[in-house]
Amino acid sequence: MEAYEIISAVRSGKRPTAALFIERLFDSFIELYGDRSFADDPAIVGGIALLGEMPVTVIAIEKGSSVDERVKRNFGSAKPEGYKKALRLMKQAEKFGRPILTIIDTPGAYSGMEAEERGQGYAISNNLLNMISLKTPIISLFIGEGGSGGALALAVSDEVWILEGAVYSVISPEGAASILWKDSSKADEAANYLKLTADELDKLKVVDKIIKESGPFYSRLKKDISKKFTSLLTLDGEELIDKRYARFRKY
Amino acid sequence: MFLNKTMFLRPKNKLEDDASPQTDRIITCPSCRKKMPVKEISDALKVCDNCGYHFEMHARERIEKLFDADSFEEIMADLTSKNILSFPDYDKKLSESMTRSNENESVIVGTARVNGRKCAVFSMEYYFMMGSMGAVTGEKITSLFEHATEHDLPVVGFCLSGGARIQEGVISLMQMAKVSGAVEKHDRKGLFYLSVLLNPTTGGVTASFATQGDIILAEPNALIGFAGPRVIEQTMRRSLPKGFQRAEFLKDKGFVDKIVDRRDLRDTISSLLSIHSKEE
Repeated sequence: MEAYEIISAVRSGKRPTAALFIERLFDSFIELYGDRSFADDPAIVGGIALLGEMPVTVIAIEKGSSVDERVKRNFGSAKPEGYKKALRLMKQAEKFGRPILTIIDTPGAYSGMEAEERGQGYAISNNLLNMISLKTPIISLFIGEGGSGGALALAVSDEVWILEGAVYSVISPEGAASILWKDSSKADEAANYLKLTADELDKLKVVDKIIKESGPFYSRLKKDISKKFTSLLTLDGEELIDKRYARFRKY
Repeated sequence: MFLNKTMFLRPKNKLEDDASPQTDRIITCPSCRKKMPVKEISDALKVCDNCGYHFEMHARERIEKLFDADSFEEIMADLTSKNILSFPDYDKKLSESMTRSNENESVIVGTARVNGRKCAVFSMEYYFMMGSMGAVTGEKITSLFEHATEHDLPVVGFCLSGGARIQEGVISLMQMAKVSGAVEKHDRKGLFYLSVLLNPTTGGVTASFATQGDIILAEPNALIGFAGPRVIEQTMRRSLPKGFQRAEFLKDKGFVDKIVDRRDLRDTISSLLSIHSKEE
């Protein structure tokens, strides 16, 4: 499939959103709300789940499945309060030694006026700074759209996994075509050059694992996540952050 | 990873060139419309003496004028970008940017002194793809922080960027995490990082090292934001109020510690370095 067809598919609203992954991968889920300073951001769902008997902190960007829910979730575009909630829950996970799974599906961080007024750039940069030194294991799972800084703000992780039909990019192909060639209709061409598909990201070593979407993939994924957390939990905090530093130092 | 040291190169600077005796050109301030000889502006740190408008400045010129004379020792000066994704026209764009800026990349890094006090410094270049962040930009800043951490040096960073470098795709995005890692190690060792936001500071640079300073300064009226004004206007379907995303607005909202006129910047940097000094 051409890169642009893959992009169109992740935007079609026909793929499962983060809610289904939480339901299928975990045995229970307690949702926790709010950033403790301004508001709760419905674009980011966070809480504590049980993976078999292992407590895991889950932080997911949720696009919503119905029209009403998409509006409520701001189409999966998080605001600063969402990134702050995510960081609060990550720090909580670190305190109690819980591993973290982040599930990412976003066109990008919200680019409205209120997001700027409340420091969107700072909210993201603060997550990057804190995630790189968090002393608990983190796996990030890209399930659909992986839009730029808004995705990376939850993906400074030990392992970055991607579904075979998902994407991860620094900019939308429309944005790239419009900035570089002043012509957003060349988006399909830009999509190829941006190397944003799972296969291309694997070649660039931006992702560590591609998840095949065929067969009983939720149960397979559940086993893989459990196995990886079990192995990462054998490392002490310092080993973990040294490894994570090296993972991102290579680019 | 320090590749080599090179001799100080004098930048080809538009204003300085224009101020040569042959031309002795007159420039009009875009803010107050006052006409003045170009040389007058260049001598005054490129600030209009009538209204205080801050003209653009080269990265190297900024270091040269704000730090002790001849104290800048550049590192990694020869590192140049590769077209890693084989993006069309990128090689051409790189070579044009080198010619235009007289620099090899969108940032220069090294060590320098202010009133004798040594620090690590990076300075981003307006005329090199508007300070966009490619892998080499990220590598140079990351290495500088690592060097500063190893040698217990504070870092002074002049941030200026249109954002990520589209032509390097997701590798450009990864620089945000890479640099953040090095900033975090520097931070964890208790060392001081002073970030100075220039016009414009946007996108992935705002969402990473530009806003990770212990103290964040900004030049007056600098445009500072995550999304650019045009993108926000598209999202909101309305035009933005005057002053939105300017340095003064960010200070009001609590994201900038202090706005400092370029003519006072050297003294401010000197005081802050002195206060945070670990030397006796």
